[in-house]
Amino acid sequence: MILTAGLGVILILGLGGPARRKKKNITAKATTGKVLGSHHVVLRVVSKLMIPIIIVYGAYVQFHGDFGPGGGFQAGLIIASAIILYALIFGVDAAKEAVPPSLVRLGAALGVLIYGGVGVINLLLGGNFLSYNTLNPAHPTHGQELGIMFVEIGVLVTVASVMLIIFYGFTSRHPDISDKDW
Amino acid sequence: MSALLIADFLAWMPAWLLMQTAALLVVTPLLSGPIALILSRGRLAWIWAVVISLATFALTLILYAQVLEHGSVQYAFGDWAPPLGITYNIDALNMLILLIVAGMGVLSVFYGLPSVLKEIAPRDQAPFFAAFLLCLTGLLGVTITGDAFNVFVFLEISSISTYILIAMGGKQDRRALTASFSYLVLGTIGATFFVIGIGLLYMATGTLNMADITAQLHLRGDDRVVRAAFAFIVIGLGLKTAMFPLHTWLPNAYAYSPTVVGAFLASTATKVAFYAMVRFTLGVFLPDSPFNHAFLGFVLTPMAVAAMIICSVQALYQTDLRKLLAYSSVAQLGYMLLGLSIGTAAGVSAGLLHLFNHALLKGGLFMGLGIFALTYGVRQVQDLRGLGKTMPVTAAAFTVCGLSLIGAPFFAGFVSKYYLITAALEHGWWWAVIAILASSVLAIFYVGRMLEAMYLHPAPKTKGRSKKARTTKAPVLAIAPLVVLAVANIWFFFDASLPKGLADAAAMALLGGGAP
Repeated sequence: MILTAGLGVILILGLGGPARRKKKNITAKATTGKVLGSHHVVLRVVSKLMIPIIIVYGAYVQFHGDFGPGGGFQAGLIIASAIILYALIFGVDAAKEAVPPSLVRLGAALGVLIYGGVGVINLLLGGNFLSYNTLNPAHPTHGQELGIMFVEIGVLVTVASVMLIIFYGFTSRHPDISDKDW
Repeated sequence: MSALLIADFLAWMPAWLLMQTAALLVVTPLLSGPIALILSRGRLAWIWAVVISLATFALTLILYAQVLEHGSVQYAFGDWAPPLGITYNIDALNMLILLIVAGMGVLSVFYGLPSVLKEIAPRDQAPFFAAFLLCLTGLLGVTITGDAFNVFVFLEISSISTYILIAMGGKQDRRALTASFSYLVLGTIGATFFVIGIGLLYMATGTLNMADITAQLHLRGDDRVVRAAFAFIVIGLGLKTAMFPLHTWLPNAYAYSPTVVGAFLASTATKVAFYAMVRFTLGVFLPDSPFNHAFLGFVLTPMAVAAMIICSVQALYQTDLRKLLAYSSVAQLGYMLLGLSIGTAAGVSAGLLHLFNHALLKGGLFMGLGIFALTYGVRQVQDLRGLGKTMPVTAAAFTVCGLSLIGAPFFAGFVSKYYLITAALEHGWWWAVIAILASSVLAIFYVGRMLEAMYLHPAPKTKGRSKKARTTKAPVLAIAPLVVLAVANIWFFFDASLPKGLADAAAMALLGGGAP
């Protein structure tokens, strides 16, 4: 279990890293600017129906990870893909209004903090780093489950955010955050 | 430092801190990376990075005291017993590297502010420090861990953040982007080879814990899977170490990255990869197995000697200062690899000692060049003319590090070359001694070119330059770390007991009492 968690770390940081750079060196082609898909009625209606279902399915995969295949990484991808679908159909600008890039950037950092923060809480509770038993001393197994759940939430947040960072980075020509926002 | 003092120091530290030092050492920079990203203001992120790097260094010192006291320190993540869970295992060998990485981390962060403010766009400064902290995490993690797969994880963390850091030089010089990309391609190939090797090793032994792998290999002996694993791991790490024919990514990567990144990477990144190479060839695989002997003797030795000679000659022909130093770095890596390939305790110890000294002196040289570049925009050898007079302190510190690189007496570089030559002679490798001396002579020439330009030529009297000279002053924040390194280069000539003690203990532990 710890090993899978370790694997999560590479994937998170492996993706988290380059995404940040892409945000800086944006050289992608200009977006057309006009509202996309205004005449694709079927696409719009169907995707409006599908997007909530995709997100719910993401949540299902997330929590199903406790019992079978699934978990934060896959769920993060699914949720991010819902937002990317929204961007494809209604335009990147609309997606950016719904999920602002600054929030995405915060999420990427926050996810890693949740992930590591659980380990730090274990330290504060007197155990070793990542010894989830301390979360519920009466039932160590429950503690493990709780710990993994938090870790998976951290993975979910980071993976979804990083996917969106990459997507935004490639689709926007202009910097995501203007200098005034700092 | 007396043993009593260390015992007192440890008794004074709170018990929980001593228990958790190893974990905190990696977790602190790991979690502070994202926080630096959230801080989002360059100077604020810098202050944060300073605090974190100082904390990391302090933790390293506490760990060092523990290693001195107990010999080695173990830490089991999540209370999973060693062969199952991820363990950290710190002995003399990692401790030496940890000290270098954490120490250079502190110095680079202090040095970094002027460089970052000048060379990196304001909105990229906070992410820059985040990437820097993650790079530090990765380098520390590779060094500290006792789990073979964990090495790969941290190697990737450090490599990916390194690609980013190098690419940040793109604002100054667009060639940084291609340099970063070619490093990315080669580095990824290296990582792939490494992880294939780990996979094969896991297939052969059924475990990822380094100590356990060794135990299993003792039982299993020598077969084709183990040999294939060895080959993959060595090539993968060779790419990361910039072992001679695999070094092509290095000169451009160092030359076009932001100055602070060049200084930090030159003194840590390849060193950590070299550590992993030593750890795997001698610590994980059995040092007395036939394929290991064949590799050290017939593959590594010619590569090391070739690196020492060929790359020194290449350094001689460079006009770009940072490329000159980068080629010299590959040549100096040849010394370390030679120490490893001698295969005796004395040789390995000398190689590690040279690693320590080279980190100090090459870090200093890159910092010196960075200061010259910040103030006068120096890039080429001829740009150095007259700087000995206009910037006496920086030039003096630069000279100290340069002389140390040559291996002149009274500087640290001399000590490690002396031990290396002794080790080679003891082993009967007189031709290696000739190679070392020849490479040192070449070093005299390429360092001499810089020093000659610096001291013996008057500054060219152009209007723009003299005007600049009055307006731009070298920032104290940048000079201080350089002076610290220069002093260290002299200090470790007179008292090399710290690195020598650790290097000897490490070599003894690896090779069991120094028998060849």
